[in-house]
Amino acid sequence: MIVQTTQKSKEQLREELLKPDVITGSEALLRSLLLEDVDCVFGYPGGAVLYIYDAMHGNPDFNHLLTRHEQGAIHAADGYARSTGKVGVCIATSGPGATNLVTGIATAYMDSVPLVVITGNVATTVIGTDAFQEADITGITMPITKHSYLVRDVRDLPRIIKEAFHIASTGRKGPVLIDIPKDVSNDASPFYYPEKVEIRGYNPTVQPNRLQVDRMLEAIAEAERPVILAGGGVVYSGAADELIKFVNATRIPVTTTLLGLGGFPSAHELWLGMPGMHGTHTANHALQNCDLLIGIGARFDDRVTMKVNGFAPKAKKIVHIDVDPAEIGKIVETAIPVVGDVKIVLEMANQKVKAGDTSAWVDWVKENKAKYPLTYKDSDTELKPQYVIEMLHETTNGEAIVTTDVGQHQMWSAQYYKFNKPRSWITSGGLGTMGFGFPSAIGAQVANPDRLVISINGDGGMQMCSQELAICAINKIPVKIVVINNQVLGMVRQWQEIIYDNRYSHIDLAGSPDFVKLAEAYGVKGLRATNKDEARTAWKEALDTPGPVLVEFVVRKHENVFPMVTQGSTIDQMIMGDSE
Amino acid sequence: MSYKHTISVLVNNQPGVLQRVSGLFGRRGFNIESITVGESEEKGLSRMVIVTTGDDKTLEQVSKQLYKLIDVIKVVDLSANPMVGRELALIKVNAEPSARPEILGVVETFRAAVVDIGPSSLIVQVVGDSEKIDAMTELLKPYGIKELSRTGVTAMIRGK
Ligand SMILES: Cc1ncc(C[n+]2csc(CCOP(=O)(O)OP(=O)(O)O)c2C)c(N)n1
Repeated sequence: MIVQTTQKSKEQLREELLKPDVITGSEALLRSLLLEDVDCVFGYPGGAVLYIYDAMHGNPDFNHLLTRHEQGAIHAADGYARSTGKVGVCIATSGPGATNLVTGIATAYMDSVPLVVITGNVATTVIGTDAFQEADITGITMPITKHSYLVRDVRDLPRIIKEAFHIASTGRKGPVLIDIPKDVSNDASPFYYPEKVEIRGYNPTVQPNRLQVDRMLEAIAEAERPVILAGGGVVYSGAADELIKFVNATRIPVTTTLLGLGGFPSAHELWLGMPGMHGTHTANHALQNCDLLIGIGARFDDRVTMKVNGFAPKAKKIVHIDVDPAEIGKIVETAIPVVGDVKIVLEMANQKVKAGDTSAWVDWVKENKAKYPLTYKDSDTELKPQYVIEMLHETTNGEAIVTTDVGQHQMWSAQYYKFNKPRSWITSGGLGTMGFGFPSAIGAQVANPDRLVISINGDGGMQMCSQELAICAINKIPVKIVVINNQVLGMVRQWQEIIYDNRYSHIDLAGSPDFVKLAEAYGVKGLRATNKDEARTAWKEALDTPGPVLVEFVVRKHENVFPMVTQGSTIDQMIMGDSE
Repeated sequence: MSYKHTISVLVNNQPGVLQRVSGLFGRRGFNIESITVGESEEKGLSRMVIVTTGDDKTLEQVSKQLYKLIDVIKVVDLSANPMVGRELALIKVNAEPSARPEILGVVETFRAAVVDIGPSSLIVQVVGDSEKIDAMTELLKPYGIKELSRTGVTAMIRGK
C-alpha cells in the first residue's frame, strides 16, 4: 500500500524530529507535519515550493502523493480527512497552483472539514509587485477559510503550523491556509516545536451549559411528537454511539441530513431517511408534524428546510445543539440553544434523560415508512441507476466507504445505499462540487488501505478530475470507480424537465470518452455494463479484482430523482414520481 | 425593527484583520455605515468601532460571526449601553471674505474650529456625535461645501 511506515518507532522518530537543529523553513515544515502525525500529504510542485519539495527528496519518513491536478490533491486531502477525522494536508505552488485549490477549500469550508492547506508564494521581497506566479491567496480565500496565515518569518513557521492544526481540528472544523513565501522556506533557524497552543480570542465552547441541557430534557419529557434532525456534526464529533443511546432511551425518531448519513444506523427502526429536497416522505412529513424539533449538529440548510417559513410549522419548540454558536438562530428561531460539542452534549443528556410518551407518534412513523418507502419503476430492458446503487449496497453489505460526485447519482446513492456507520459516506454537501467524488475516494483509500472504497460518479463529473486515474494505477490504490452514465448532465436535465418545461439547454454529453478505454489508457482496468446481468457480472469482477477498477454502468437517460420538492415549496409538498 | 448599532471590536493587530472584518460584513450582507480603527489600550491589539443598521437578530448574527474570526477577541454592542460616540469632520467651505463673519458665527455656535484659512475658503473642524456633524454640514451647505471628510464614529461606554 502506498503509505509506508518507516522502521523507526514513533518515539524514536519524535525524538529525532524535535532536535533543536538549525534547519530551513522547508525542513521545519516537514518536521512539523510529521510531529502532527500526518501520514500522507497530497500535492503538486512548482517554483515557489521547490525548496519544500527538495527537502522531501530522499526523506524516508515523509509520504507525499503526487496528483495530476491541484484540485485532485485537495479533494484527496478532504476525503482523507472525512474518512478518518484527522486533518488532511495538501501542498501547492503559488499563483495558479494556489488558485487551483480554491474550489476544494470552499468545499471543505462549507462542510466543516479539517484541512491544512499549504501554498508557496513568491519571495517576501517581491510580494505585491505582481511577480511571476504571484497571487494573493490569503486574500482570495479569506471568505472560505476558517483562518489563514502568510508566514513572514521562518521562526514563526512551527508555531503557525501547530496553531493551524489546532484551529482546523477543534470547535467547528474547517480549512486553514498557510502561505509560505519562497525565501521563508529557504531561510534557516533553530527548530523549536511548541507543545501547546495559545490563541487569545479562540476558545470554542465544547462544554454545554447544563441548564440548557436540562431545559432540552424537560422539553423531551413533555413532547408527544419529537423529531431529531441529525447532521454532519454528529459524525464529526464522533457522537454516533451516544446518539443511538439517546434515541433508544427517548424513542425519538431520527432523520439524517445528507452529511449526517451514517451518523445514525439506517437499519434502526426509528430512522426516517434523509429530509429535504430529495428526502423521504416519512422524514419530511415527520418534520412538518413534529411538536418538538431537535437539531443536532445540523445547520438547517435550505436544501433541508426548503421554504423556511413553513418549515416544521407545528413545532412548539426548536432545540438546536451545535458547536458553532453562529448557527443557532441563523435560519430558524430556536427556543433552546445548546452550544457545545455534540458528543459531550449527548453524553450529558444521556445521564438523566427521561422519555416522553412517543408511542403513538412512533406508530405513525412506522406506518408511514411502510406506506411510502423509496421506490422506483424497475425495468428489464433498461438498466436503472437506482438498481445499480441497490446492487452496490447489497453486494458489499453496506460496509464500503462510498464517495460520490454531485448530481442525480449522488442523490440515488444517498437514498439507496444504506449506511450504518459514520465516516463511510463522503460527499460534497454544502458546495455541491462536481469533480469531488473520484479524488476524495483516493484520499479515503489512502487513509483506509484495508477498506473497500467505492467512488460513484456521473459521466459529467467523472470528466472533471479523471486525470487522477493515473494515481490509482501507479500507486495501486484499489478504489472501485463507478460511472453512472446517463449521457447527460442528469440533475440539470431533471430541473430543465420539471422546472423549465422540457427546455433542455446544453446538457448533452455527446463526445464523452469511452470510459473503459479511458481507464485502460491510464492502466486501470475498465468494465462496462448495459443491463442487469452485465451489471452483476461486471461488478462482481470488479470486486474480485485487486487494484483499481472502473465500471461504467450505462443507464436510462430520462430517469429522475424522486421524491422531489421544488424551490418555493414546503417539504411536505413532494413530487413522489413514477413509482409502481 | 432596524436600529443603528455601534459595535466595538477588539482585534489582534495582525495584517489583514481589517480585511477579514470588513469582508465578513460584505459577504454576509451586513451593512457598514462607518468603521474606524486604531490602537487600543493594550499593545498588539486594535479597536474597531463599526456602525451598522439592522434588527436584533441581525446584530446577534453580526456579533456571532465576528467571534468566529480567530483574530477577534471581544465584541461589544456599545449602543446597548449609555455611550459616548464621537466623530470628527473637516469641512472645506467656500468663504469669500464678505461671508466669513456669518460662517464664523456658525462655527462658534457649534463649538467647532477653523483650522485653515485660504483666499476664498475655510477649513472647519467639528467634533461631536453624528447628528451634530450632520447639522453643521446642513448649515454650511448654503455657502458651498468644496470638500467634506468624516472619520466615522469612535465610541465608548460611559462610566464603569
Ligand atoms: C463544478 C460544478 N459545476 C456545475 C455544477 C452544477 N451541476 C450540478 S449537478 C450537475 C449535473 C451532473 O451531471 P453528471 O455528472 O452526469 O451526474 P448525474 O446528475 O447525471 O448523475 C451539474 C452540472 C456543479 N454542481 N459543480
